[in-house]
Amino acid sequence: MSEQDQPKHVADENKTETPATRSPENPAPATPAPETAAPGPKTPGEDAAAATALDTAGGAMQPSAVPVSAQSGIVPGGADTLVRRIFTGSGIVSVLAVLLALILGGLLIASTDKQVGATASYLFARPSDFFSAVWNAATRSYVALFQGSVFNPRGSSVAVQFAPLMETLTIATPLITAGLGVALAFRAGLFNIGAQGQIIMAGILAAWVGFALHLPLGLHLLLVLIAGIVGGALWGGLVGLLKARTGAHEVILTIMFNYIALYFLRYLLNTPAFQRPGESNPISPILDPSAVYPQILGTQYRLHLGFLLAIAATVFVWWLLNRSTVGFEFRAVGANPKAALTAGINVPRATVLVMAIAGALAGMSGVAQVAGTEKVLTDGVAATYGFDAITVALLGRSTPWGTFAAGLLFGAFRAGAVQMQIQTGTPIDIVLVVQSLIVLFIAAPPLVRALFGLNPRKKKAATAGKSKKAAITGGAA
Amino acid sequence: MVRVLKLELRGITKRFGSLIANDHIDVVVEPGQIHCLLGENGAGKSTLMNVLYGLYEPSEGEILVDGKAVTFRGPGDAMAAGIGMVHQHFMLVPVFTVAENVALGAETTKAGGFLNLDDTRRKIKEISDKYGFDVDPDALIEDLPVGVQQRVEIIKALVRDAKVLILDEPTAVLTPQDTDELLDIMRQLKSNGTSIVFISHKLREVKAVSDTITVIRRGKVVGTADPGASTTELASMMVGRAVNLTLDKAPAKPQETTFQVKDLTVIAPTGQHVVDGISFDIARGEILAVAGVQGNGQTELTEAILGLQERCHGSILLDGEELLGHSVKEVLRAGVGFVPEDRTVDGLIGTFSIAENLVLDLYDQAPYAKGISMSPARILENAKSRIDEFDVRTPSGALAAGTLSGGNQQKVVMARELSRPLRLFIASQPTRGVDVGSIEFLHKRIVAERDQGTPVMIVSTELDEVIELADRIAVLYKGKLVGIVPAGTGRDVLGLMMAGLSPESAHADTAHPGSAHPGSASAGSAHPGSAHTPVQTSTSGAEGGDHE
Repeated sequence: MSEQDQPKHVADENKTETPATRSPENPAPATPAPETAAPGPKTPGEDAAAATALDTAGGAMQPSAVPVSAQSGIVPGGADTLVRRIFTGSGIVSVLAVLLALILGGLLIASTDKQVGATASYLFARPSDFFSAVWNAATRSYVALFQGSVFNPRGSSVAVQFAPLMETLTIATPLITAGLGVALAFRAGLFNIGAQGQIIMAGILAAWVGFALHLPLGLHLLLVLIAGIVGGALWGGLVGLLKARTGAHEVILTIMFNYIALYFLRYLLNTPAFQRPGESNPISPILDPSAVYPQILGTQYRLHLGFLLAIAATVFVWWLLNRSTVGFEFRAVGANPKAALTAGINVPRATVLVMAIAGALAGMSGVAQVAGTEKVLTDGVAATYGFDAITVALLGRSTPWGTFAAGLLFGAFRAGAVQMQIQTGTPIDIVLVVQSLIVLFIAAPPLVRALFGLNPRKKKAATAGKSKKAAITGGAA
Repeated sequence: MVRVLKLELRGITKRFGSLIANDHIDVVVEPGQIHCLLGENGAGKSTLMNVLYGLYEPSEGEILVDGKAVTFRGPGDAMAAGIGMVHQHFMLVPVFTVAENVALGAETTKAGGFLNLDDTRRKIKEISDKYGFDVDPDALIEDLPVGVQQRVEIIKALVRDAKVLILDEPTAVLTPQDTDELLDIMRQLKSNGTSIVFISHKLREVKAVSDTITVIRRGKVVGTADPGASTTELASMMVGRAVNLTLDKAPAKPQETTFQVKDLTVIAPTGQHVVDGISFDIARGEILAVAGVQGNGQTELTEAILGLQERCHGSILLDGEELLGHSVKEVLRAGVGFVPEDRTVDGLIGTFSIAENLVLDLYDQAPYAKGISMSPARILENAKSRIDEFDVRTPSGALAAGTLSGGNQQKVVMARELSRPLRLFIASQPTRGVDVGSIEFLHKRIVAERDQGTPVMIVSTELDEVIELADRIAVLYKGKLVGIVPAGTGRDVLGLMMAGLSPESAHADTAHPGSAHPGSASAGSAHPGSAHTPVQTSTSGAEGGDHE
């Protein structure tokens, strides 16, 4: 991608040189041309792009490659941390990271395959056997993964054939909304590790409204949803408040709040108010039928209204970030808090607000769990959705639609993994390995670029620095 | 002991793709000379020096050392040939000591593999004593002020026996005092036989130390000049058109006083009184320039007015309304325009588009927002007109502000702050790190704002700028107001005031040691005729037929 940058500068340069050569270029210094004859203000001779390219010598020069903006001599503040760069880097790296992780995962699958083991013993005699066995093992598993997550051709009817896709969407629902929460907070410069706790608190409130109150259809569900959103928003907003007031770091706060939420939930499930009558296990009563999400495509699928709400949430977050003053504040605070402060933006208020909205989004995941898929409250209500949400936001580069897509992908992994184990005996854990590998590769963009030969660092290092700089300066959009 | 070295660059061309950063550049650095490369930001000076230092391979041309062609494959080769470089941004390990940094890359070890720094320490002491550097070999880099860090960089080069020292924009990071000291050091180095290639775009410094000046514009040598050439001449060579360095500024017509600061004290978190009982006022249609060495309370003073400082006492009145105790947003809405001192830190958001940066403090106001819904179309429209009005050189307002050059970034900040009706305009370091062409423009805008009847407060550590713009000059020293003197007060008096002397004793002090004005840059009318100027235009082939 850095190579594509080069021609752009060239074009700029050409464009800018044209008027310059037309006008008397170098008025002899001894006889300065009168002011009026001087090239007008429009002469883009010192065109920004060209100037930047010149200053950093096309980006190759890392030592002095502190952006031209730093000509004051002061190196700009630490707004562009490593974490920030990882979270908001290019989408291409995301795609490549997934691809790489799948390839490595395939090799791992093959290494545990019996057929591969057998052919390995005579690898040098007939290498083709070995390689075809590797190929077969990996593709068999991935085909099963696909069949378990998107489309199963062996199904008896179209409805059954697409059942895996519906399952994927169902599982993706809480991942998407919680992922949006993490992504939104991140765009405001906050590392929200607390989706897990926010889901739990939302689940507690939503479930209680769902089984303890008995209200008319419609109103009941609405109240369940509101209760969940409020629960998540309070739990997230509290972190924001503590950070804004005391300066405590949000990472520590959210991690601790996760524990508090989890043990609070376990305590509640042992109290009469929450424990199902006649049951010794920590499990709540089943939610009223009026309090659960309707299944939107009929009763044969688990897919529920929560998925539509997740789409709506994605649209909302996109609008919030790109079209609202509130999102403008969030992004400003995230990109350069000092400049935001100087421009009159209330940074503490933005911190509280963004954490509350992030919590509310995670809260929607909690509602999707208790009112959508589970219909009861257990201490496993959040499963690992809150932590997977971090990966989802990471893979989605903290953009709303990127997070949506990443949520779908992870949903597919989870849905397909079961089918994969049933069909081919490949352990479900392989999916975890693939997910972890994705994170690993996303966190190391230079590695991914190097593996795919995108690093023109070798001979003429002319563009290497530029891609890095581009990632710093322009990647967040 | 002194091995002199003559350095020649012949026809150096450096291309990046089809972008020509250096176009057939010829430079001869005579032994024991200070040779200045003068040019605006982005003219190709740094590229040329990186070629010389072995960081880039030239596309064409050759480098000659003492008449012999050499090829540098890396900085190591350049160093071995006696070339040392001090980069604009220092290459020092902050948590290492001076000696460790100097030894880095050429460490010697004692028996058992232990690091032997004694030699290095001794050499540092030697050099330090010789040039009066006053550098402690065992001090940690991170504890040292910027000026001293720069000396460590120079020591690094000298320890490696550099005969030619390249200084890349060395004064960009220095206070005026440090700058003067550096210029002294450069003269000393020269008298000891070290040649210096001095890269700069600051005319006064260039004139003060250079033996030869080579002017570079858009990658080409446009000519050489004698340091005796006037600043106006140098500037017009550098920029490529006539530049008016002396600002056309009508005398101020102060009207009623609308801005008053009374007994303002700002207390830092450390408990220190960083601004200590300051009182002053500014009338409409008047520019008050606040002078002083950096770090004497200027930053805190402006921040207190804007509402960014937490612990303030006293009173700040604008049209009779108290500003103290209000939020930044309320102060801005009251009609205060504020250009912060460091645009990259406080003034702009580098990853945001130019258009977004142009409404950074107006984003929630009509017409850019209705309720909480923003109008990107209006924001882009606004950007178009501001970019035109302030001559921001950019292909599009949708580009990230971080891609702009320093001067253009500053224009964006200035355009934003001047785009609404103001009752007070504050600009901190309005032209720091900005090229000559933009300085002229920005200064004109500031004066235009004054002429519209706005009280203007300028904070600058550049004495030239203060003298240029001010109708009255306030000098700060250690948070206290030393005094307010009228425009036209001499540089020497102001210099003494910046060191803490009261205006009266400063005047008394400057009265008897004679009226020498070293380095006074007010050329202007001194060179009305350009019949026999010391400027000569290069006859090299690079220029070709560009002349009439």
